[in-house]
Amino acid sequence: MKLLIKNGTIVNPKAGKSFVGSILVENGKITKIAKGDLTADGAETVNAAGMIVTPGLIDLHVHFRDPGFEEKEDILTGLEAAAAGGFTAVCTMPNTSPACDNIGTIEYQTKKAAKQGNGVRLYPIAAASKGLKGETMAPIGELKEGGAIAISDDGKPITDSSLLQRVMQYASSFGLMYVSHSEDTYLSKGGQMNESYFSTLYGMQGIPAVGEALSVARECLMAQYLGLPVHICHVSTKMSLDLIAYFKAQGVKVTAETAPHYLSLTDEAVGSYDTNTKVNPPLRSEEDRQALIAAVKSGLIDAIATDHAPHHERDKNVEFNTAPSGMVGLETAVPLVYKLVHDKQITIERFVELFTAGYGIFGLEGGVLTEGGRADITLIDPEYQWTIDKNMFRSKSRNTPFHGFHVKGAVFRTIAGGKTVFTRAY
Amino acid sequence: MKHLLGIENLNRDQIMHILETAVSFEEINQRQIKKVPTLKGLSVINFFAEPSTRTRMSFEVAEKRLSADSYNIAVSGSAITKGETLSDTALNLQAMAPDCLIIRHAVSGTPHMLAQIMDCSIINAGDGFHEHPTQALLDAYTIQKKKGRLDGLKVALMGDIAHSRVARSNIHLLTKTGSHVTVAGPATMIPKDIKKLGVEVTYDPKEAVKDADIVMMLRIQEERESGLMYPDRREYAKFFCLDEKLLSYAKPDATVMHPGPANRGVEIDDNIMDGDRSVILEQVANGVAVRMAVLYLLLGGSNS
Repeated sequence: MKLLIKNGTIVNPKAGKSFVGSILVENGKITKIAKGDLTADGAETVNAAGMIVTPGLIDLHVHFRDPGFEEKEDILTGLEAAAAGGFTAVCTMPNTSPACDNIGTIEYQTKKAAKQGNGVRLYPIAAASKGLKGETMAPIGELKEGGAIAISDDGKPITDSSLLQRVMQYASSFGLMYVSHSEDTYLSKGGQMNESYFSTLYGMQGIPAVGEALSVARECLMAQYLGLPVHICHVSTKMSLDLIAYFKAQGVKVTAETAPHYLSLTDEAVGSYDTNTKVNPPLRSEEDRQALIAAVKSGLIDAIATDHAPHHERDKNVEFNTAPSGMVGLETAVPLVYKLVHDKQITIERFVELFTAGYGIFGLEGGVLTEGGRADITLIDPEYQWTIDKNMFRSKSRNTPFHGFHVKGAVFRTIAGGKTVFTRAY
Repeated sequence: MKHLLGIENLNRDQIMHILETAVSFEEINQRQIKKVPTLKGLSVINFFAEPSTRTRMSFEVAEKRLSADSYNIAVSGSAITKGETLSDTALNLQAMAPDCLIIRHAVSGTPHMLAQIMDCSIINAGDGFHEHPTQALLDAYTIQKKKGRLDGLKVALMGDIAHSRVARSNIHLLTKTGSHVTVAGPATMIPKDIKKLGVEVTYDPKEAVKDADIVMMLRIQEERESGLMYPDRREYAKFFCLDEKLLSYAKPDATVMHPGPANRGVEIDDNIMDGDRSVILEQVANGVAVRMAVLYLLLGGSNS
């Protein structure tokens, strides 16, 4: 089986400058990358004129709810949503039921993805503590054997600093990094949205930015003390960015991600009382949003991750304080972040770096188009204008605050391991 | 106007129109037979999902004096205790075709959610720490009666501003009508960036009360984060209770208000509460007239 992608702008920053060229895919591998035209007998030809051809994107932070909450999402629909979003690899968070803190669950996830999935790679981030309870260590070594690429308690951050230290140390002996959802849960207790003028105006309990920053500082100090790397999830505040900049300058191996919604919306949006604006960390201030855009531009933020958090409509159709946090993100990430390219905030190359940095952070294969390498390729039409329609999502869930948004830029085709896993019907 | 969800989205003219309309209803409340047929045949549901004495009773009295048919639901006696969601409850109530739903709820924004689900008029009778519009309107009505105006007044608003819907609605209203509001309380009770609402902030009650025309006290809400907002009632009373001494900093003819329920001896001293400058019970009396006006304007076919 051959696939020939022609006339596209190949944006492959790890290999060098972008150029208009062609890529030939055979038997799941890239066999030829060339400037200008290529011909191949019997190949399916994709005319990518006007399109961007990039290494397959990776989302290093998703929730697939499987096992346990399959009415919100399951591994198969999650992988379909990923494909529709241009992603050829995803890293799943461990807050399933049972939690991904045991060999049975992690093998169930990896096998289901490999055997029944569409070809998009699934990499589990396993639990750091048993039951995500923050009390005792999960069997990290065995979880690594089962396919874990990192460990995290994600939304239930470890409060016990002693456990944090041991978990980081123990995981390092198996080559795994701790991934931190940074939140001081004492400060965020009862909080519904960012603490700001808008929480005052809307009469909501606030979640202060300092709560995230305190936790970022602790994780970075611990990483510095232990001489180990740490990855900070969904950075949402300027205060956290300032700390990350400080620790990076100190030589601490800290990497950081942010999510498209923190670059697109602010806490003002909560005034609709739409529970789809409720997310953790919360949508922050305009000042934070601007600082995040600057950090995405400068490289202080290494990666974009969606924190795809599907919830059933029933779960969200309740009073604001009762609603769970989270929004789906896989199928809206590319257009939302591509706006920064249109707005001349970032280059196309930087855009691709942000969506492929996850491979490097977790030491995974991918993130670059090379002859002989795996054919994970994403085609993006940067000029295509469309309206986000939640009813078109491949995800089982519809919880997005971006329904009805007019955007420019769309994933046109996603190729995973040489197989087309998504094409957009214009 | 179909709903009354808050003061924030009203303009000065709409506020003044409600207050002017309330004048004629006050007159009805002074008659021997306090009932008019204005809303005869209309159904009003009072849905109080949080405890309330004053507001709930006041709405019910207002409804009955306008001859509307009133129906009361409390969460403890509703299907919500059987696990029904609020939105399903709302759809079921809607199926019975009421004309108006009065909602009190602990979660901010719940009346707004119901306004999207239901076809009837929604009146917010207090949502979370967000708004309590009829309280602010009855407070304004009381101030207007006492001072003859709502502009140029110096108003001290004291207590747990952070958790107070009464504070927010009053701030919106009084700043829209041109009065000067100072909020005061310990820093734990002052929410972030409240100055942007056009008020002054002080942690010194004396400074807030100084030369005030109106001193409005708020209830200490012991059910909210008790022990994290202030040490205890004794210490709170020592520094923030409105007593004779503190009130002496206000104008001699200052008016003292409290939305109730009050904690005697904690945020307000008995002498002041029962004293001649207190209009606390007049607020309650005026509440009926103001709520009659709101019901009339939303349901009675006025073109405002």
